[in-house]
Amino acid sequence: MIELSQVSRSFTVGDQQVAALRGIDLNIAAGDYVSIMGPSGSGKSTLLNLIGLLDRPSSGTYRLDGGDVTALTDEQQAKVRSEKVGFVFQAFHLVPRLTAAMNIELPLVLAGISPAERKIRVAQLLENYGLTDRADHRPDQLSGGQRQRVAIARATSMHPAVLLADEPTGNLDQATGKEVMNLLEQLVAQQVTLIVVTHDPAIGGRAKRQVRMVDGQITGEAGRSAGA
Amino acid sequence: MRLVDVVQFASGSLRGSRTRTLLMILAMSIGVAAVVVLTGLGEGARRYVINQFSSLGTNLLIVFPGRTETTGFGPGMLLGQIPRELTLDDAQALLRSRAIGRIAPLTVGASQISRDALNREVAVLGSTADLLEVRHMSMGQGQFLPAGDVYSSESVCVLGAKLKRELFGQQNAIGAWVRLGDRRFRVIGVLAMQGESMGFNTDEIVIVPVASAHMLFNTSGLFRILVEAKSRDAIERAKLDAENILSERHGERDVTVITQDAVLATFDRILRALTLAVAGIAAISLAVAGILIMNVMLIAVSQRVREIGLLKALGAPAAQIRNLFFAEAILLSGIGSVAGLVLGEIGTRVIAQIYPALPVAAPWWAVLAAFGTALGTGILFSVWPARRAARLDPVMALARS
Repeated sequence: MIELSQVSRSFTVGDQQVAALRGIDLNIAAGDYVSIMGPSGSGKSTLLNLIGLLDRPSSGTYRLDGGDVTALTDEQQAKVRSEKVGFVFQAFHLVPRLTAAMNIELPLVLAGISPAERKIRVAQLLENYGLTDRADHRPDQLSGGQRQRVAIARATSMHPAVLLADEPTGNLDQATGKEVMNLLEQLVAQQVTLIVVTHDPAIGGRAKRQVRMVDGQITGEAGRSAGA
Repeated sequence: MRLVDVVQFASGSLRGSRTRTLLMILAMSIGVAAVVVLTGLGEGARRYVINQFSSLGTNLLIVFPGRTETTGFGPGMLLGQIPRELTLDDAQALLRSRAIGRIAPLTVGASQISRDALNREVAVLGSTADLLEVRHMSMGQGQFLPAGDVYSSESVCVLGAKLKRELFGQQNAIGAWVRLGDRRFRVIGVLAMQGESMGFNTDEIVIVPVASAHMLFNTSGLFRILVEAKSRDAIERAKLDAENILSERHGERDVTVITQDAVLATFDRILRALTLAVAGIAAISLAVAGILIMNVMLIAVSQRVREIGLLKALGAPAAQIRNLFFAEAILLSGIGSVAGLVLGEIGTRVIAQIYPALPVAAPWWAVLAAFGTALGTGILFSVWPARRAARLDPVMALARS
């Protein structure tokens, strides 16, 4: 499903070129549960952003569902993001002025889905994530765990094939973090491809496939893949 | 994204920062209101002047003695001459012109008017029966001056409405006698209340036959001759005829004929230009409001970098984000414009209350222009902020804390 071959990404900092990713080769099959671990600055977040089409590789090719997506225009990439990718962030990134329900609804609104359909889907998601009685609360009225649940509900509202989580437990205590990981792992059972970026071995170790990164390169892999 | 959702999202983010939004709307509405009120004032002044002129009569020409010399130094000045006076014969002679319909000779003077013990100073107007029509006056009670021989000095008079009230109160004045100077006049009519026009209040005058006025003031000259041309097209012809007839009679061109139209057109031009100038000045405040909107939108973009990054991550293309910010700007300037129109309307009414004589009303083109400019500047000045938002790099935007 996700095929990266010889993907590199470098940034210009001042007058220097800094390589964040060097020659990454990575294949991830549909329904895989992959964790990407490594120290900070190892390029794992950059890799996640590339997979989520928020960023473009400096060289190399990225094929998603068999099609080369590096050549797509911004507009087309936005469409792919909307339909196939869900993001869960460390900082939750909820819109502060919108209620929990409205935050969950946001991707559906952006995609132009009808209000009637939206209402059904949002109600279902609120129920799935135990947020029904929190629907009209704004993010600042929610606990950290509730916020991340809203974020996960939002990420799954468009039924994405790939869910990308960047340190999803980073701002949560251990118990709540576990709870959130359980919710994410339930999605894998529904054939969603889950990629989790973390520096926490306890979180990363839960994945079936564990990729280790250092200095923009994949240095090792543990676990077994579901497909490829 | 559906249009309804775009509007809802934009209004949601406007509500999210209430103070900022209210201040913006205030700035915009003051700009619009300024245009509306100031053009309303200018237009009011223009209409006031035009009303004043047209209340004098239609297709009117005014003949007065003396030639207004623009060369400055005529032979008359050397000899210390005063211009030859206009006489009643001159006035009657004007009727020879086929372009002239009616004339009303005017003699004015001041005299003491008394009835029993009541007396006051009053402006006396000597004229003929045609004055009523030429000058567009209307009667409250009784008759105007009798038609017929303009040379007969009948002792009858017509009182202004206020003058009648002062002398007679609620009593009937028709048929009563009043004393003007050393002559007695019988009241045959009372004018309807008209108020002031061109600085001349017909409510406080007394009108007598022109020949009576001549005897009263011991003169034979006329102050003015009001001439009514037969039609609008005949005005120029009438002017020429009047000048020719009078210079033929006097042996030289020693009268001035002005047409009401010419005066009116000049005033109209001047006041219209003034209104435009004032509107232009007011429009500057709209431009300032536009720049304010740009400034605030730029701040909004930098304040909401994370939100923009998120929207991109959730699959919003650049165009959509641009539209969201556009929608905000349009809403802001739209609401501001409407508020400004309301504010302007209120301001106009307040001014109308304070100066009832001034017909203050913003012309439709100014209202439209104010609204259009407000909306236009709002949109124009949000182009840059919206583009800036749309171009944000989502990775950087999301990383911002």
